[in-house]
Amino acid sequence: MGCFVVPMAEAIVVSIVKKVVKKKKENTASVGAEDVTFLDGESKELNQTKIDWEQKLSWLNQLLWGGVFLLAIEHIWHGEVVLWPPFLTAMNNPSEIPIMLHEMATIGTSMAVFVTLVWVVMVYVAENKLKQTLHKKCERN
Amino acid sequence: MYFIITALAAILTTIGWRSISEDKFQLSTLCLIYWGATLMWLVDHVVAYLTEGGAFLEISMDATLLGITVVVCGFIVWMLIAVVKNLWGVPRKN
Repeated sequence: MGCFVVPMAEAIVVSIVKKVVKKKKENTASVGAEDVTFLDGESKELNQTKIDWEQKLSWLNQLLWGGVFLLAIEHIWHGEVVLWPPFLTAMNNPSEIPIMLHEMATIGTSMAVFVTLVWVVMVYVAENKLKQTLHKKCERN
Repeated sequence: MYFIITALAAILTTIGWRSISEDKFQLSTLCLIYWGATLMWLVDHVVAYLTEGGAFLEISMDATLLGITVVVCGFIVWMLIAVVKNLWGVPRKN
């Protein structure tokens, strides 16, 4: 009925966090630009073995917003969502509201948790792959 | 059926993205859009199957049309994102 609302709420939070991280990164880059030049080789390599948080959050953001958008289309198709207030058709019938809330709490939360877990695995695999690639490059040199 | 169609679109897009070394068409965004929906529908189908029972997959003409519509909509959104990012990227490079 309105299960996609929970991942949508998570997507909004992730979008805000991503903006904050981006601003912090820009501030750090402008303030500490001179310090970076003094980093030794080992420290530079350590920085390169990790994917930055902006990129990681961007993946989660795209997963969540993409899923939410396509699920919203499915709900519109099935007549569960309309483009005018109150948007969720279950809101028009008081007897359907508890069912809708239950669905949001069970299916919606499961969706958000599952997508986040997949993202955690994705980040872990990507970082390990990056580390392996850098190790191979170091061994060749 | 819409779950199968979206999952197939996600797999095919991922194969396409992996075969191109550079992400110049931002295919990773399209992959993530399709994978996000596939994962959410997987949870929806599993929970519905466990709680209500019945068929795991809905195979009908209506579900097939919905699957095609959803994939086309995802493609349009990706094209819009790619166009907007490219338009934004050109003046920044200069």
